[in-house]
Amino acid sequence: MTQPRTLLDKLWSAHEILKREDGTSLLWVDRHLVHEGSHHAFGKLAARGADVAAPDLTFAVVDHYAPTRQRERIADPQVSRMIDTLRNNAKQHRLQLFDLMDPGQGIVHVVGPEQGLTLPGLLINCGDSHTSTHGAFGALAFGIGATEVAHVLATQTIWQKKPKSMRITVDGSLGPGVSAKDIALNWIARLGTGGAQGCAIEYAGSAVRDLSMEGRMTLCNLSIEGGARLGMVAPDEVTFAYLKDRPYAPKGADWDAGLEDWANLPSDDGAEFDLEVTLHGDDIAPTVTWGTSPEQALPVTETIPDPATLDPGKADAARAALDYMDLPSGRALEGIAVDQVFLGSCTNGRIEDLRAAAAVLAGRRAKVPGMVSPGSAQVKAQAEQEGLDRIFTEAGLDWVASGCSMCVGMNGDLVAPGKRCASSTNRNFRGRQGPGARTHLMSPAMVAAAAVTGTITDVRPLLHGRAA
Amino acid sequence: MAGWRTHAGRAITLPHDNIDTDQLIPARFMSAPRSEGYGKFLLHDLRHDADGAEVPDFPLNRHDDATILVAGRNFGSGSSREAAVYALVDAGITTVIAPSFGDIFASNAVNNGLLPARLSERQVKQLMMHLGDQSGAARIDIDAKELRIGDHSFAFELDDGWQTKLINGWDDIDLTLAHRDQIHSFRDQRLKTSRWAWPTAQDQEPPGTRAQ
Repeated sequence: MTQPRTLLDKLWSAHEILKREDGTSLLWVDRHLVHEGSHHAFGKLAARGADVAAPDLTFAVVDHYAPTRQRERIADPQVSRMIDTLRNNAKQHRLQLFDLMDPGQGIVHVVGPEQGLTLPGLLINCGDSHTSTHGAFGALAFGIGATEVAHVLATQTIWQKKPKSMRITVDGSLGPGVSAKDIALNWIARLGTGGAQGCAIEYAGSAVRDLSMEGRMTLCNLSIEGGARLGMVAPDEVTFAYLKDRPYAPKGADWDAGLEDWANLPSDDGAEFDLEVTLHGDDIAPTVTWGTSPEQALPVTETIPDPATLDPGKADAARAALDYMDLPSGRALEGIAVDQVFLGSCTNGRIEDLRAAAAVLAGRRAKVPGMVSPGSAQVKAQAEQEGLDRIFTEAGLDWVASGCSMCVGMNGDLVAPGKRCASSTNRNFRGRQGPGARTHLMSPAMVAAAAVTGTITDVRPLLHGRAA
Repeated sequence: MAGWRTHAGRAITLPHDNIDTDQLIPARFMSAPRSEGYGKFLLHDLRHDADGAEVPDFPLNRHDDATILVAGRNFGSGSSREAAVYALVDAGITTVIAPSFGDIFASNAVNNGLLPARLSERQVKQLMMHLGDQSGAARIDIDAKELRIGDHSFAFELDDGWQTKLINGWDDIDLTLAHRDQIHSFRDQRLKTSRWAWPTAQDQEPPGTRAQ
């Protein structure tokens, strides 16, 4: 009898072209996604005079520098130059480009799945750490640096050492107002930002099975914040229903053949993982970060810890974080005043995220300004069809176009120095949303709650009597 | 990229955990061409105050001859931006010593000749105690996977494949293209057994025509 295998084992062996003596494998890349930030890699390719090996498997998306307002006339010449560089590279190498005005434009990790470019059983690379998002479909998806992007462009392969396997099982079910974001912040707070270093995470358990594809993508997206190389969820009927008839997804006999292969991907019974962690969905509360690292997170009902009571290795970091965040230890998280809110990003910019926020905001006014940037032009169109845009604008928030926007600020959407932002994004690093900006990470529903009260707020009471 | 085996230089400490890629190089500098040199962007917002003036007691500002950094755990966590490595390399840094590194950062480092040398938390603490806020003479030997700072001599951890790559300064693309036939037959086989893995053609237009 053959050894039971994990999803990781199966995906790895399906892509392994060869293995070197030092244990490094050469893997076949099924999809390569590039964006404006890939300019260094195209530069390396040009320096070699090399061509893109598989233009049919390489897709370009304008997202990191995409203006969220006034796209027709880009004001910032630097932004304009970055986008033009991508256009020129895409044209020169005959790559499909989702350009600024394309109805398929959006954040690369939203576009891939919604176009059906992301499928179970694929190996997907992109020069962006949040490439782990695509693992939600049962794909091997991980971020790479510019030298590796150039390598994939030139060879359609990547050298990698097989990561350790880790299974995070979330039993039970999530309560109302609790989402995939809260699962992620919860395990990262527990294990630390290096907790999954060198690991491929497979998320399992009833609370994960119950998540929509959008929720699974949020969970896999944040794997990197816990140090993991990648995150995955085994494909199932939810996955297949999401993908069927998507533009680039297989059709007819190819679809049937895909379904047959994908059904064999889930980890075999009895397969062993290098590390196992179990959480209970019912214990997870809406979670918020208080510091400058995603591991500095707590349930919204808690108080900010006293650094002196923390593990000595973490005390200095906590002191520095509280100083930067201008927060005292011992203060309740609830009630901390925010200056603004941001809804969007590859973590939480999908239709379900906007619906969750709109469920809180409907019929209410925001006490602070804020921006809502849908994850893609398609999400934007869908939200407008459902009337969500009116809920946001009637609440007083700005409804803008899609891109990475205020998650990373490359397009000029910044939080001003010293300002505090309740944000549905992925990193609360110092200066991430702009020099001196103070970021509190939380779910879209929690961002909406913060907008309504102007403070960090437990969303659950605001959902009473409403369909969340 | 040129390979290297040994390096003698000056080490300083950055006594913090989780020095993430957004600290190493803030995103707003990343559109600059590499030819401009990225050294001036290294840890920019920690080295400068809100008005852009240098923070005088920041370790890198006090010791502009540093070539080796000793830092806390999870160095280079965060984004895949290789620009974080460019900033270090262009500032003259050859080696970062830490208990752990962000995975993507570490491979980016090796791809650019920057050594991510792993020591235990305890060993890193000893080096930090030894150096304090001064710089100290240091020697790195990649062949032996050994480093010496003052009286402290430690064996560091480094993946064997990365060791070879750092020493030879190899370009992976040339190595990989030596396996061209194997890659092609793998591709042909995959196309035969898993045709679903290729994107469905959208229309009859040649690729790239959606580019404006």
